[in-house]
Amino acid sequence: MAQRAVAIVRFIPGFLTVALVLGLTLGTLVAVIVRAEGFGGLGPGEWSAIRFTLSQAVVSALVSVGFAIPVARALSRRDFWGRSFLITLMGAPFLLPVIVAILGLVAVFGRGGLLNAILASVGVEPASIYGFHGVVLAHVFFNLPLATRMILQGWLAIPAERFRLAASLNAPVGPLLEWPMLRRTVPGALLVIFLICLTSFAVALTLGGGPRATTVELSIYQAVLFDFDLGRAALLACVQFVFCALAAVLAYVASPPAGLGAGLDRVVTRWDGRWAGFDYLWIILAAAFLLIPLGMVLARGLQGLLLVDWPVLAAAWRSTWVALGSTALCVSMALALALWRSRWAQVIGVLPLATSSLVVGTGLFLILFPFVSPRQVALLVTLIINAALALPFAYRIILPAVRASLDDFGRLSAQLGLSGWARFRIVILPRIRRPLGFAAGVAAALSMGDLGVITLFAGEGQATLPLLMYRLMGAYQMDAAAGVGFILVTLSFALFWVFDRGGRVRADV
Amino acid sequence: MLTFENVALTQGAFTLSVEDDALPFGRVCVVGPSGCGKSTLLSAIAGFVPVGQGRILWEGRDISGVDPAARPVSMVFQDNNLFPHLSIAQNVALAVEPRLAISAATQRRVDDVLARVGLDGFGARKPAALSGGQQSRAALARVLLADRPVVLLDEPFAALGPGLRHEMLELVKDVLKGKLVMMVTHDPSDAQRFGGSTILIDAGHAARAQDTAAMFADPPEVLKTYLGQ
Repeated sequence: MAQRAVAIVRFIPGFLTVALVLGLTLGTLVAVIVRAEGFGGLGPGEWSAIRFTLSQAVVSALVSVGFAIPVARALSRRDFWGRSFLITLMGAPFLLPVIVAILGLVAVFGRGGLLNAILASVGVEPASIYGFHGVVLAHVFFNLPLATRMILQGWLAIPAERFRLAASLNAPVGPLLEWPMLRRTVPGALLVIFLICLTSFAVALTLGGGPRATTVELSIYQAVLFDFDLGRAALLACVQFVFCALAAVLAYVASPPAGLGAGLDRVVTRWDGRWAGFDYLWIILAAAFLLIPLGMVLARGLQGLLLVDWPVLAAAWRSTWVALGSTALCVSMALALALWRSRWAQVIGVLPLATSSLVVGTGLFLILFPFVSPRQVALLVTLIINAALALPFAYRIILPAVRASLDDFGRLSAQLGLSGWARFRIVILPRIRRPLGFAAGVAAALSMGDLGVITLFAGEGQATLPLLMYRLMGAYQMDAAAGVGFILVTLSFALFWVFDRGGRVRADV
Repeated sequence: MLTFENVALTQGAFTLSVEDDALPFGRVCVVGPSGCGKSTLLSAIAGFVPVGQGRILWEGRDISGVDPAARPVSMVFQDNNLFPHLSIAQNVALAVEPRLAISAATQRRVDDVLARVGLDGFGARKPAALSGGQQSRAALARVLLADRPVVLLDEPFAALGPGLRHEMLELVKDVLKGKLVMMVTHDPSDAQRFGGSTILIDAGHAARAQDTAAMFADPPEVLKTYLGQ
């Protein structure tokens, strides 16, 4: 029977994917719990980390969404030269290596940065980027664009006829149309960003630290690497998992994490809001906030390229093959899950969102430690974890296309006896090329920029580009770090472009 | 001979009972109001809807549980009959080469059926480069190549204008001679043009096939209501 042949083709990769994801998420958690030996040991340091993690995530989410609302409204109703570029740019921070963005933020808001130069010229004390507000600043930098895109989608989803109706009735658009839309979109945006900020590690690693600005993730890292207190790391990992699981469930219930979607080109014609200047002020502020740090890091990076040496090139090579391997694994798993039409596939597909790379890393560290030196498998482990962490995004990107190919052409395929591998090759693969290319691009860029689990495992000769950059920044070699950052950004976006382009070229949809 | 034995089809809360009947080679229209179950009947014959009760037989052999690809049936759907990413020739060749390994002999047969439906030289094009009528012709070419005894047409020409639709009906009558051709339509004039016999479906019941011309000359109550007479 054709159906059965299809089922078998789906079954084996699907089963492997489920095993890998469950092993990485719940399996590592079990390893951690076994090691934690009871839950009684939360000291004042841990409580302080928990408080800091929650408070910075709450504030980051509120600030990001708070600013995103006026920016999204301005973008929804103003058409101007560069609008589509700006909206595309708002998708970029998602793919931008975190460490590169932080270098840019330091260049603007850091001790020797632009802002302090201006403050000093008017005689104000220099501000520091390190600590609570620095962490929030970086999180807003990453999530303001995400929130803007999510809320902009909400605005553009209001049918044009409603605005016309409101105008003809002379009814206020705010309470009638905008407020209900915001009540639907804002909670989801808040929760997604809260979740992202809970699990963000690289930001806290670079801009946080010290007793008053340490997140749970950062405490795990310090416990493993500096104190080698695996019991404490395990306990903290449990705390982190509970946080993330709760937030992920809430976010999933509130709204699907959108914001990657296309179709934001339309401008709503409206008959209210005559003061265009106010809208443009928001647009200019948002654009400056995003573009100046990026511009700084690229400008500095160009000079820093002169400092590039062999270790940098070796790291670039390492990062690239880890990213390519991770992409292949991630896309295969996403496909296997998408073809396996079951509720369980959806649960597995989002499960990695509820885990943090540090928890997974700690678990793997505990599992592997008795058998091999973690350093021997550092890059392989990084490759696999990056694939698993990018899985929720890749899965969500290709799922609609896989479903459509099965729904639209399922009967025709069955009628023609197209089953198993032939159906996959002749029917499904050509129909999902575009989202598949996009998903591969996202997975590659995310892996390329990852600065998470690699920090736990890597030894001297195993640094990836983000880790090398972090080490250079730690040694205050900012120009060399910027040079590495330039290469990192270029490689990340080049990989993304190649995959995304590969999916689009000569695609007949 | 396609035989219905005590057939009842259930989809959710909807049930369609089919009067026992035996359809010989020839043309059969399936007529009734929208949502009455016309497509359900064809889907059951093609194997996409399970036969809940009773049996469907072809030449005395029970086909109720047979896989769609293994039935003596070709079906043309309302839409999505052609894969947009494959050329017309590839789309047609799928009827006999489900792995798309097209031999020279198959290629000749593809060219031949394309010529018979008036698409000579269109093989290399993609479906998007064809008009709606030409796409219908390509789907018909695949039915010809598959050469199965039963052909089910589920309102395949509904999106075409009246002139083109009539042209396609004449083409179907011409090239599918000698097969059992069942066509769903909600347009009485299409049914009359198609001729043959007609199965009238109403209120969850599919009646026995009766001569189309005679039925429209003296319509039963159900058909009168449907026609608005």
